[in-house]
Amino acid sequence: MAEHKIRVTVNGTAHEAEVESRLLLVHLIRDVLRFTGTHIGCDTTHCGACTVLLDGEPIKSCTVLAVQADGRQLMTVEGLEKDGQLHPIQEGFWEKHGLQCGYCTPGMMMTAYALLQQNGNPSEDEIRQAISGNLCRCTGYMNIVKSIRYAAEKLP
Amino acid sequence: MVPQTIAEVGGMGHSIKRKEDPRLIRGKGTYVDDIQLPGMVYMDIVRSPFAHAKIKSINSENALKVPGVLAVITGETLAQYNLHWMPTLMSDTQMVLPTEKVMYQAQEVAAVIASDRYAAADGVEAVEVEYDPLPVVVDPFKALQPDAPVLRTDKEGKKDNHIFHWEAGDNEGTNRAIDEADVVVKQDIYLPRIHVASIETCGCIADFDRVMGKLTVYMTTQAPHAVRTVFALVAGHVGLSEEKIRIISPDIGGGFGGKVPVYPGYVIAVAASVVLGKPIKWIEDRIENLQADSFARDYHITAELAAKKDGTMTGLRIKTLADHGYTDAAANPSKFPAGMFSICTGSYDFKHAFAEVDGVYTNKPPGGIAYRCSFRVTEAVHAIERMTDVLAHELKMDAADLRLKNFIPADKFPYKSALGWEYDSGNYHGALEKAMQKIGYAGLRKEQAEKRKAGELMGIGISSFTEIVGAGPSKHFDILGLKMFDSCEIRIHPTGKAIARFGTKSQGQGHETTYAQIIAEELGIPAAHIEIEEGDTDTAPYGLGTYASRSTPTAGAAGAMAARKIREKAKKIAAHLLEVAEGDLEWEPGKFSVKGAPQKAKTIQEIVFAAYTNHPPGMEPGLEAVSYYDPPNLTFPFGSYICVVDLDRGTGEVKIRRFVAVDDCGNIINPMIVDGQIHGGLTMGMAPALLEEISYDENGNVQGGSFMDYLLPTAVETPQWETDKTVTPSPHHPFGAKGVGESATVGAPPAIANAIVDALAHLEVRHIDIPITPEKVWKILKEKGVAL
Amino acid sequence: MIPAAFDYHAPNTLAEAMALLARYGEAAKVLSGGQSLLPLLKLRLGYADHLVDIGRVPGLEYIKEEDGYLKIGGATREVALERSDLIRSKYPILLDTALVIADPLVRNRATVGGNLAHGDPGNDHPATMLALGAEVVATSPKGERTIPIEKFFTGLFTTALKPDEILTAIKVPIPASRSGGAYVKLERKVGDLATAATAAQVTLGKNGEVERAGIGLTNAGPTPIKATQAENYLQGKKPDDTAITEAARLAAQATAPTVDRRGSVEYKREMARVLTARALTQAVQWAGGH
Ligand SMILES: Cc1cc2nc3c(=O)[nH]c(=O)nc-3n(C[C@H](O)[C@H](O)[C@H](O)COP(=O)(O)OP(=O)(O)OC[C@H]3O[C@@H](n4cnc5c(N)ncnc54)[C@H](O)[C@@H]3O)c2cc1C
Ligand code: FES
Ligand code: FES
Repeated sequence: MAEHKIRVTVNGTAHEAEVESRLLLVHLIRDVLRFTGTHIGCDTTHCGACTVLLDGEPIKSCTVLAVQADGRQLMTVEGLEKDGQLHPIQEGFWEKHGLQCGYCTPGMMMTAYALLQQNGNPSEDEIRQAISGNLCRCTGYMNIVKSIRYAAEKLP
Repeated sequence: MVPQTIAEVGGMGHSIKRKEDPRLIRGKGTYVDDIQLPGMVYMDIVRSPFAHAKIKSINSENALKVPGVLAVITGETLAQYNLHWMPTLMSDTQMVLPTEKVMYQAQEVAAVIASDRYAAADGVEAVEVEYDPLPVVVDPFKALQPDAPVLRTDKEGKKDNHIFHWEAGDNEGTNRAIDEADVVVKQDIYLPRIHVASIETCGCIADFDRVMGKLTVYMTTQAPHAVRTVFALVAGHVGLSEEKIRIISPDIGGGFGGKVPVYPGYVIAVAASVVLGKPIKWIEDRIENLQADSFARDYHITAELAAKKDGTMTGLRIKTLADHGYTDAAANPSKFPAGMFSICTGSYDFKHAFAEVDGVYTNKPPGGIAYRCSFRVTEAVHAIERMTDVLAHELKMDAADLRLKNFIPADKFPYKSALGWEYDSGNYHGALEKAMQKIGYAGLRKEQAEKRKAGELMGIGISSFTEIVGAGPSKHFDILGLKMFDSCEIRIHPTGKAIARFGTKSQGQGHETTYAQIIAEELGIPAAHIEIEEGDTDTAPYGLGTYASRSTPTAGAAGAMAARKIREKAKKIAAHLLEVAEGDLEWEPGKFSVKGAPQKAKTIQEIVFAAYTNHPPGMEPGLEAVSYYDPPNLTFPFGSYICVVDLDRGTGEVKIRRFVAVDDCGNIINPMIVDGQIHGGLTMGMAPALLEEISYDENGNVQGGSFMDYLLPTAVETPQWETDKTVTPSPHHPFGAKGVGESATVGAPPAIANAIVDALAHLEVRHIDIPITPEKVWKILKEKGVAL
Repeated sequence: MIPAAFDYHAPNTLAEAMALLARYGEAAKVLSGGQSLLPLLKLRLGYADHLVDIGRVPGLEYIKEEDGYLKIGGATREVALERSDLIRSKYPILLDTALVIADPLVRNRATVGGNLAHGDPGNDHPATMLALGAEVVATSPKGERTIPIEKFFTGLFTTALKPDEILTAIKVPIPASRSGGAYVKLERKVGDLATAATAAQVTLGKNGEVERAGIGLTNAGPTPIKATQAENYLQGKKPDDTAITEAARLAAQATAPTVDRRGSVEYKREMARVLTARALTQAVQWAGGH
């Protein structure tokens, strides 16, 4: 069926692609553009492993069509590090042992990134609410909360 | 334990940051689905809508017309190569693809190979299968009745649905203890089917190189070597020989036991790659993962606990019916069809105990894997910890007092249990007393009494568990005959850096860090200078893999033993360099010095360099060692957990107010990682206690087979865990460690269940099966007339 | 999971969108936040030949008070409700609702219009809008029509919208002073649809008696339920515990739930009662009652 020529900006760089109407954004990101840091963990929009920022807002990229992102800005985990400098959220996850298998981690960090843009000093409860669309099976969330608090304190 | 090494070395006891994290926090991990090979095509699977049905026909015509579809593989295709059945780890048989009938809903029926995922999915929808439904057996009790349809018609002469009978202990003595007891409590306890649901599902890329005749499989497996051997055994007759098979287990997004089995999907992908000569990628989706991959638990337990009036426990009898689905594909050591279930005497000093388990076939997916626990230990612990509370209730004793009275005393270790295990070490009183102090047990009991007067429902639950991990000594433990040792190979480079390879495979446990710390501890080489590799069967030494908390007890021990071999040789070199006798040398982490002349010393780095540049005459140059570690015994981690809950009398909702966990896993390699493992384990213990269950309706339709109904806790449902520890080293482990990754999953469910039952104890409630949903609680509230 | 093939259209104006719907009729579906539609297509439980994405149509995202109404644009996202000062200060019931829908990531996409148009009795906004006495504005090439919310839900997953109509706005009469509302939901975990949930909106008279009560129930039958008997019962009464208890009982009587993994019929009924009492109590508090 119909193909669409789309243009998306990922982590500041423009990309073009020819996509089928039904191509899911997560497959565009992973399989076509090869940013494999964004993961897939379910088929019912529950796990958040696929979380990326679309025009600055964290969304589940398995439940958005690639064509819907035409002309928009995407940010993935690969965009967190700037000039060889880890983002405080990345530092926080490393320092506070916020990851184990690492599979949920990119999605979790993108949600955290957006949270801290909105609210520079979130409480434990606010953090837990904010990451409630991201499942982690390994950590029990405690150290994830601490990682995000670490980043909140470090961010200007 | 006070660390023996300085922070820069980062040996045991240092909370060093994880070495695997730099790639994972950048999104640069490599999970199976991240790999794209040239010419790779995709596989998707057609699954059965019926739980039991004859396959009348499979029509691929329309599927083959879908643009991009290359092939449809059925049981008939595989039968040509005699690959349509495969053995299970328990020496049963399992269909790869069926030729006659399907035995559970979501069973693999055919596979579609296509140029991309989208075409493969379209192809699956276009395959037409005609079924003839057969009577379905869902209830394991009914499965054993004489009129039940026999499910395994493939097994010649099989006349019933019984799989095995297993027993341990002293039947007569236990009978006598029960007859003579002052009190006996009896309770049915069900542990339902659950699923590990690691956030990464299972999958593989099978890549058969026709020119070299070599098969490389990238796959989500916790046990790559065992898989290689299984593949060689299963497909030897079609020319796949073990040296031509390479299993690569890349980064794994959580395993917890679910990535131990060899699923049909892997085997079909391999067959398809051999037939088509192309790399085949198969990644299951979440629904397939929940509905068709191996389940955990499904144990129907009846327990009887006998005691004297004063609370002294005298006998335990446990009878269990185990629902295995249509084949016994449990991931247990061969001689243990019920795993380590005989740890069910727990932390208590029983003279007499008897346990028996019968395995049964039903029309459900196979399994019997662990759920972040050592083989069937959660089932055992849940039984004994629930029964202890039932007894306390019967005797009107405090649940903590009853435990303290019956614990195996610290001076009785090593302790031989009534069911035959030798517990290595323990201090159960110490752990429970610490937990009680931390949570303010006495104060909570007072508060509870006041709340009850005011009509509020608050409960306090204890679980004092003993785990059994680190399988295991070769005398008893094997998987398909392969002894359950594990291995490490260390190579020290001339400049004092090292690479070490292991037979295990981390799925998030942090082996790249903790193994480096073990070697750093033994050799004084900074952990930062030690590369750890696992998961590639072409390079790693043979090992049985990572599950059942066995990595530290076995491969970790192998790491220490290999390092000690290196240290032995280093000592010889040091003696040569310092021109003294070996006996005159003293070791401290990182250097050998001459006794009484500490300024005469050689650092490990100097010694290593000499091994390549100036080795003693008559000695082989180089510095490397291998150790295959066959543990003398298992290790027995333990702990005491206390949970406080408040119940909503309107809705039946349970709120965990506090949860204190005191764990003892012996000497600790990395406290930060251990704490993280416990947080995760507690959360995976809470999940089945309150939320998770997979069940079947009378037609064998799976209920709870997607994340819409299979309820993984989010950060909001998960409470703040309060962790603490005691340290009782294992006497037989090279560095005194025990396993820890799973203790909390095992210990948490009964603590939560006990707390909820305790909140209702004054209403004469004795037991509630997990998951304890709001509705279950509400029904009791209503029955007792206290619902709002 | 991967949806079957379809065509995607991204009209830039409302007129274009309506033209596309008119052209494709039943074969087309409006795509708004996509958080219900795309999961259905992915599971292949639903099919569409054409998706008409209204995400690029201007003028469908707003929250404002105008002409005696709170007006919410059809494509307004849940997150906008959460962040709106107007909603936070004057419409606690809508804030309550937005905060318990799905999870924060889904709410960044899911729209209020989609939540109603999906016709799912498990969705949360229908009950709230029933309690508030809202009206739905449907626009088609023939023009605009206003549908009272109690006429909007016609069956399981069906609404009064015609295939060529787009839900362009929701109009909520601005509540009189001394009004308050609350939405109370029992869910198994974050991201779950309600086991039971009640929306209650109350306006109190001079003497503290109930002047108007609106009660909507979620997931309590094949369609969202307006608990009319309970509403009528409360009218003119002092909202004390006795009255609230009786209203809650009447509300539960109006339910016709089905059994599923969330609970039995009996449990869901009883929860409708318990939650109605809780929602009413909170609503009365907001309205400045006791
Ligand atoms: C994991 C998860 C959990 C969820 N939990 C909840 C929950 O707890 N409570 C809850 O209420 N919802 C829940 N939802 C549903 C979510 O809120 C939906 O997004 C919402 O119900 C539909 O809004 P949408 O904008 O995404 O609509 P879409 O998915 O785009 O559309 C849904 C349907 O409405 C039609 N439609 C949409 N907009 C219009 C319009 N303007 N005019 C005409 N027709 C239109 C579409 O054609 C389609 O048939 C959940 C969703 C997910 C994925
Ligand atoms: S993959 Fe699970 S929410 Fe997107
Ligand atoms: S770290 Fe494994 S799922 Fe979160």
